[in-house]
Amino acid sequence: MSLRRFTNGFMTALCALALLVALVPLVSLLWLVVSHGVKGLSLDFFTAIPAPVGETGGGVANAIAGTLYIVGIACAFGVPLGVGAGVYLAERGDSPLGDAIRFTAEVLSGVPSIVVGIVAYALVVLPMRRFSALAGGAALAVLMVPTLARSTEELVRLVPRSLREASLALGVPEWRTSLRVVLRTALGGIMTAILLAVARAAGETAPLLFTSLNNQYWNWRVDQPTASLTVQIFNYAVSPYQDWHDKAWSAALVLLLLVGTLSLAGRLLSRSRVR
Amino acid sequence: MKIEVHGLNAWFKANHALRNVSLSVPENTVLAIIGPSGCGKSTFVRCINRMHELVPGARQSGKVLVDGQDLHARRVDPVDLRRRVGMVFQRPNPFPTMSIFDNVVSGLKLNGIGGDYPKLAEKSLREAALWDEVKDRLQHSALSLSGGQQQRLCIARALAIEPEVLLMDEPASALDPIATAKIEELIRELRESLTIVIVTHNMQQAARVSDATAFFYMGELIEHGPTEKIFTNPRETRTEDYVTGKFG
Repeated sequence: MSLRRFTNGFMTALCALALLVALVPLVSLLWLVVSHGVKGLSLDFFTAIPAPVGETGGGVANAIAGTLYIVGIACAFGVPLGVGAGVYLAERGDSPLGDAIRFTAEVLSGVPSIVVGIVAYALVVLPMRRFSALAGGAALAVLMVPTLARSTEELVRLVPRSLREASLALGVPEWRTSLRVVLRTALGGIMTAILLAVARAAGETAPLLFTSLNNQYWNWRVDQPTASLTVQIFNYAVSPYQDWHDKAWSAALVLLLLVGTLSLAGRLLSRSRVR
Repeated sequence: MKIEVHGLNAWFKANHALRNVSLSVPENTVLAIIGPSGCGKSTFVRCINRMHELVPGARQSGKVLVDGQDLHARRVDPVDLRRRVGMVFQRPNPFPTMSIFDNVVSGLKLNGIGGDYPKLAEKSLREAALWDEVKDRLQHSALSLSGGQQQRLCIARALAIEPEVLLMDEPASALDPIATAKIEELIRELRESLTIVIVTHNMQQAARVSDATAFFYMGELIEHGPTEKIFTNPRETRTEDYVTGKFG
């Protein structure tokens, strides 16, 4: 066997080994969460609110709902802003203002999420004098906007110029061409980007710790502290009770399923678009 | 005269794409524009519906008149103009997210113009000689059509807003001979109700469909006259060399 073929095989084997090593933490993470979490899952876990300390039973229904609620608020702010900024960047972004927005988005997407949480605390929680779902949603929205803006820009730029021209040649004004032809054509991809951004936001803990805080009960008011899966997991995990530790594992499994489903839906959507 | 052009110059940044072009097109005639690649043919037609100015760095000077009205007069809105001067592009560009039906009426829908859409769609599709092929699948995606059908769909879409002038930028260059023949037949029929300016690389096509022909070279209008004369007895040797295939 020649040296070249030996080197080739050897390097291929090294790459395969690296892949296996990289898979170890991922697989063990999944295994740990599933094995610890699955036994705590019951109907109660999905429908009941947490039981008082010392009592067994109870669930995280309010935290599941809270996560969806806060993420919903984040979408209400973040999606129009992010998508709008992305469309602007794609259509009119070759200007100093466009460069400034792009630079800001880049910096913003590199800001650690806990810093975003502190800022939301200073700007929303302190003036309102209370922890609230609104503050949590605002913090998550800030995290969503930069990535959403950049991916929307890319997707809108992918829309062929010929389609814009077709619309303009029909006498459609530019703004309406942007909204009803260009954005409409890129919509499939943008939906995927939104789902992935939502999945990321739903998994955030740090920005929620001192914005939406936590709540042992149901809450649907935007100006009240609200439970979320991530903060609930954190609280259960640092508690001294074995029962709560088990609940943390189960809640982690639920969160993993939620985020995993969203990501998967996003990827399936983008794949069906390509065909 | 339906279209009059006086001393038209156009630039892309520093590139002087059209040099002092003047010509006119009578109503209900077909003008063919021929010339080698990069000679300014497309730029010329895009000045007639003011699509030229949408390209970053594009500039122009001179006058273009449609029905005696200066297109660059301050009160002329390019958006209104483009509803009177329709355009068909080189490659079929139906809206991929819309059905066949929605594509045809898109010019009305997107502009918020009301009307009897089904009736208008049928009329436009008949004019574009596509009705019989698509009448049973109007709700299918426009992308389910063949290239030639897509191009006729784009023509139907342009006709639906009832323009007075139709600009066609090499409308058959991406199509096979049978689809091309259909488009050419269509152009001859549409002449009854429209004024048409067609850019083409194909000299036989220009000879078949047009009343007058203009030969462009390096951004200049070399010769303009009745099609028959341009192809049989041109005044300029450059025109003769081009139409006989010596260069280009």
